[in-house]
Amino acid sequence: MIISQLGYYSLIFGLLTSIFIFFNSSIQLKKNNLVISDKTTGLIGFQFFFVFISFISLIYSFIISDFSNETVYNNSHTTKPLFYKITGTWGNHEGSLLLWLLVLTGVLLGFIFKSRNEPNNYRLLTTLFHQIIVIGFFIFVLKTSNPFNEIFPVQTEGLGLNPILQDPALGIHPPILYLGYVGTSIIFSAALASMISNYVNKSWAKNIKFWILFSWIFLTGGILLGSIWAYYELGWGGFWFWDPVENVSLMPWLSLTALLHCIVTLEKRELFKKWTIVLCIITFALSMVGTFLVRSGILNSVHTFANDPSRGIYILTFLLVLVLLSFVIFIIYENKNFTQKSEIFTLSKETAVLINNWFILYFLSVVLIGTIYPIFLDVILDEQISVGPPFYNKLILPFLIPFVLFMSIGPSMKWIKTNFKFGAKSFFVIVFTMVLSFFTVYFIGEKNIFILLLFIGFFYLLLKSLDQLREKTKNFAQIFSHTGFSLLLISILLNSFSSREIVKNIQVGESFTLKNEKIIFKKIAIEKEKNYESIVGFFEILDDKNTIINLQPEIRIYNEPEMATSEASIKTTLFKDRFITINIIKDQNFFNVRYQHKPFMIWIWISTLIIMLGGMFAIFRKNKEVNI
Amino acid sequence: MQFLEKIKKSIFSLIILILLIISFFVFKFALQKEKIYSPKMSENQIFTDFEVVGLIEEKQINFNEVLTGKNFYLINIWSSWCEPCKDESEYLLELKKNTPVMMIGINYKDNKKNALNFLKLYGNPFDQIFIDKQGTISINFGAYGVPETFLINEENKVLKKYIGPLNDEDVYEIKKITNN
Repeated sequence: MIISQLGYYSLIFGLLTSIFIFFNSSIQLKKNNLVISDKTTGLIGFQFFFVFISFISLIYSFIISDFSNETVYNNSHTTKPLFYKITGTWGNHEGSLLLWLLVLTGVLLGFIFKSRNEPNNYRLLTTLFHQIIVIGFFIFVLKTSNPFNEIFPVQTEGLGLNPILQDPALGIHPPILYLGYVGTSIIFSAALASMISNYVNKSWAKNIKFWILFSWIFLTGGILLGSIWAYYELGWGGFWFWDPVENVSLMPWLSLTALLHCIVTLEKRELFKKWTIVLCIITFALSMVGTFLVRSGILNSVHTFANDPSRGIYILTFLLVLVLLSFVIFIIYENKNFTQKSEIFTLSKETAVLINNWFILYFLSVVLIGTIYPIFLDVILDEQISVGPPFYNKLILPFLIPFVLFMSIGPSMKWIKTNFKFGAKSFFVIVFTMVLSFFTVYFIGEKNIFILLLFIGFFYLLLKSLDQLREKTKNFAQIFSHTGFSLLLISILLNSFSSREIVKNIQVGESFTLKNEKIIFKKIAIEKEKNYESIVGFFEILDDKNTIINLQPEIRIYNEPEMATSEASIKTTLFKDRFITINIIKDQNFFNVRYQHKPFMIWIWISTLIIMLGGMFAIFRKNKEVNI
Repeated sequence: MQFLEKIKKSIFSLIILILLIISFFVFKFALQKEKIYSPKMSENQIFTDFEVVGLIEEKQINFNEVLTGKNFYLINIWSSWCEPCKDESEYLLELKKNTPVMMIGINYKDNKKNALNFLKLYGNPFDQIFIDKQGTISINFGAYGVPETFLINEENKVLKKYIGPLNDEDVYEIKKITNN
């Protein structure tokens, strides 16, 4: 109880510190100080510290199950394992916003430390802009989503955490995703600051590149964890559903990826200044839009019932204020400070980056329209539609082919001007790609020219990326992320075309077959755990070589809140996942069994990790020539 | 003002500004609206050809047979673990008293003991209750979650669908439709 109070007052102190920092840095700006005072740095440290204390208090309240706290009461239960008590802290609206705030203040502190050699007014202006966001979120948390509300009388038991959220991947998914999502805020503040302080140049690019990579890596990781969770927990065997909630994390990722390529061009060639600033603003605006869409309950989703419109209105207004603010600043400073070299392009790396940006922007608009169009239609014409995978597949897939082709040749181009030589080696790569693609398409049995073209594009990218390894100055960042990306596309394509599935109602002792495999339902057992009871089905799979694979899918019946979830049992091998789920049919002695072959699943995860690894190479490789 | 002058010069930025403001208002309306939607009558015939099991008497019956003899049916998806359902029960009781509607409850992912306790505590507004342990029946109806309420007529057409708990306005609307 006292701990809850501590958390609450710590938040208020945090808000006061923010307001103080805001005025303090504006005064310093007027004085035109040459060095940022220790006081400001100290204050930023304190601000983070206060939010940190508040966050720790909430975690503590969850651990000791302090049911005098409303957030804990609504989302926790004494029988929950410790790990889920802790992850429950951010598994709800109030706690997750506190995490937002923690990351928001944390990145500013990190920025101040990392930018010691930058001009002072740029640092002060960044602090100033960042404080506007911080203050906005402090007020939002305190006014509409206070995580430390008390309830009286004190309850003896909580309502529990949604069982579907009780999963290890989902436990760490929000913090990782938020590091990426909220990390974009510092890019936004720094972009505005650099514009005003006339600092949009090579050294700025070098400075902000770290934060772009930082957000990009964590956002990639966050999306990966979300997909892993969907695959293992939701029990459908899918990993990406083009669900609006997924889309809102993909959109900032796309614009960050575009930004990543632009910032290197700015660093090397002082080009695309305006465009880079626009992308910085768009990226943060998109993560705010995402927060708004997910947190306001505007998307019809199962988790957003007890929603409070005032929250949505607040974020929406705040978002508008920030976007308008950046818009005004951009318009005023647009031409003033941007002296650039003429942007005349020949066949060069700059052109490749520009083309990359066009494509990414196109993909981004498709996802954006697919996500918000239903909302617009609902408001304006009162019609309900839902936009599903066919929409995205139709609009994105065909454009992936030219996109990956440009992506394949882009890295081997030089800055300013490239002379292409078409030698025996290039010819060999193309022939090899063709053979590989024909073979793959033949193997999966798809007689479709479009799929063949997709494979050709993806394999070409893979081979060209690997080919970079032979060059003298190797750029591992680019090689890894491009190789990872091509592997990801190949695995997704293979996965979607050669997945097999069978659904049967069978009793214990019966069996069925899928391709050359025999699936035998051995027995059923009931097991009791701390916070759930589970019905376990024991299955034996005999594959074509007569090796036995054991699978044990479960149905878990959680006690608090009472809810049944289906736990898939998955056997992963290098080339194929075997995926089985069971369901009870009421008053029947048979079970509904769903058995699937999901090829190359593990490659989807591995290739995403390779993409992230590429980002890490870019961060840790300092003072060297970094190309894209 | 410097800003206004620049805006005047560039049509492109003006368009963006207008788009931003329009989007703001669209989202604002969307926030206030969302909950209720009335589907187009012709399209919205619910799927009724499946077996259901009663909550109180555990008898199996085809749902088509349940939907006979009345002009209007109100299907309410509820659960004992659902907090908003507790507030909703008074509205359902009022509807039961004041309308000629047949009240059908679908007990969503619940257990019998808790469900019966819930009815004892908050009153039983239903003429018939069926269990939906797996949530599959609710999926058949196209429900998003609990609570959710469907008003259907004798031709199994969905007249109204309410996502989330009913309120005074909804009750008034249902009364108006069914008492005519």
